[in-house]
Amino acid sequence: MSQIINVEHLNYRYPQQDTDALTLTDVSFSVAAGEWVAIVGHNGSGKSTLAKNLNGLLAPVSGQITIDGQVLSEDTVWDIRRKIGMVFQNPDNQFVGATVADDVAFSLENQGIPRETMLKRVDEALAQVDMSAFKTREPARLSGGQKQRVALAGMIAARPKILILDEATSMLDPEGRAEVLATIRQMKADSDLTVLSITHDIDEAASANRVLVVNDGQLVEEGTPAEIFEHGPALIKMGLDMPYPERLKAALKRQGVTVPTTYLTEKGMADWLWQLISNK
Amino acid sequence: MMNKLIFGRYIPGDSVIHRMDPRAKLLLSFYFIGIIFIANNWATYVLLFAFTLLAIKLSGVKWSFFINGVKPLIWLILFTVILQVLFSASGGTVYFKWGIITISQLGLVNGVYIFCRFVLIIFMSTLLTLTTPPLELSDAIEYILMPLKVVHFPVYEVALMLSIALRFVPTLMDETEKIMNAQRARGVDFGEGNIFQQMRAIVPLLIPLFVSSFNRAEDLATAMEARGYQGGEGRSKYRILKWQARDTWATLAFAVLTVALVGLRLYV
Repeated sequence: MSQIINVEHLNYRYPQQDTDALTLTDVSFSVAAGEWVAIVGHNGSGKSTLAKNLNGLLAPVSGQITIDGQVLSEDTVWDIRRKIGMVFQNPDNQFVGATVADDVAFSLENQGIPRETMLKRVDEALAQVDMSAFKTREPARLSGGQKQRVALAGMIAARPKILILDEATSMLDPEGRAEVLATIRQMKADSDLTVLSITHDIDEAASANRVLVVNDGQLVEEGTPAEIFEHGPALIKMGLDMPYPERLKAALKRQGVTVPTTYLTEKGMADWLWQLISNK
Repeated sequence: MMNKLIFGRYIPGDSVIHRMDPRAKLLLSFYFIGIIFIANNWATYVLLFAFTLLAIKLSGVKWSFFINGVKPLIWLILFTVILQVLFSASGGTVYFKWGIITISQLGLVNGVYIFCRFVLIIFMSTLLTLTTPPLELSDAIEYILMPLKVVHFPVYEVALMLSIALRFVPTLMDETEKIMNAQRARGVDFGEGNIFQQMRAIVPLLIPLFVSSFNRAEDLATAMEARGYQGGEGRSKYRILKWQARDTWATLAFAVLTVALVGLRLYV
């Protein structure tokens, strides 16, 4: 299989940063066409930075990125952006159009595609994500999951070769998350799309063919989901989601509260919190 | 509540007026405001009212919406009318005179005319906003500004800004609501105390709202760039406006109205 994404010795530092520390240090990896790769890691580990480097939203200090045979440079950046569709975390902040159809058409308008073709592609894309009934709706009247599906329809209409999901499901409720994941699986089945998903969600990571673990700006581990999941509790260290009560416990502990060491369910945690407050 | 002020304005419908090209509606509404000033006697005002009421009838929108459109402005209108009545040049029978204040027949008549003008303008502009979705209005503005491209005015960019602004109004309303609730939970009292206290209560609302708006703007800019936005040039358009026969007819109706007004002004 051909390599559609190839990253070599990528180093990146945020320009507004005053230290010399790199946000990404010597990152190299490649992704084969049609593969689904998940990138996991803590908040601030550099995974979103990595994604933004791939389509030139951020420019690396050094290193080379090759997308579908084209080396990323100032001259090729717009060609490459056409090949990469990117869905971001916040459903509201990436909805450009005033209605669903307008938003799906946005990338097409940017490419100067004739109107007749646009009309057809927008309808097809909306049908594919099962949002045709909402074509003339305003974003304010959609759920988070529906907005992300519209974002995906925008990608389908623009026909990229690579889809990057930058924590695209992290702000959704479990239902919305399942909807979006199902849509991505469907998209993957319909075409030989390459998917790169940056995620904390264990289900999303499990859908991938391969998982890359990023820590502190470096690629620390790589393997199939099964291999990575064998680590058990250490997954948390890699930035995959801890259950909510565990996160709350960790946060309370940082504030100097003594927390029970046994595992508590959400309900158990709530009961324990009530006790704690009433004893004060 | 706030939603109603701006966005509840558009009343979906399928009338002739609803289906008109927004460009025609926008331009003709402005034109109407212009020709109101041709009217100078009762016959011309009767004609203008008949025309406006016919347009309202055609739109199928309830009368109460138009009355409600006048209500918030009623004090401003009455104030203007009273000024006109008290201080305008005297003519005809003088009923009352005290210093510079004069109530004359001409003054009273002028007052009534001014009142009619206000009501006509409000009715017509309310008709425009009730029958045209904001997005179509922003499209119409884009087309109308097009000639300014000659002087390198960024028409496409302004139009996109306008449509993004419209798109974010409900989002920011929700956000405001959320922040208000969050601040209420911390003990801020909105709508209590004197005007200075109320103004001070707005500050903890505005600052988080500004911060989040800037964050949103940055995210949106990134998303737009990732989707290949490189400025207005070379973009194609998904939404287009079509000038139809009914728009030509409406324009003709306005032309006839103008001729009739001029006629009535000269000969009645």
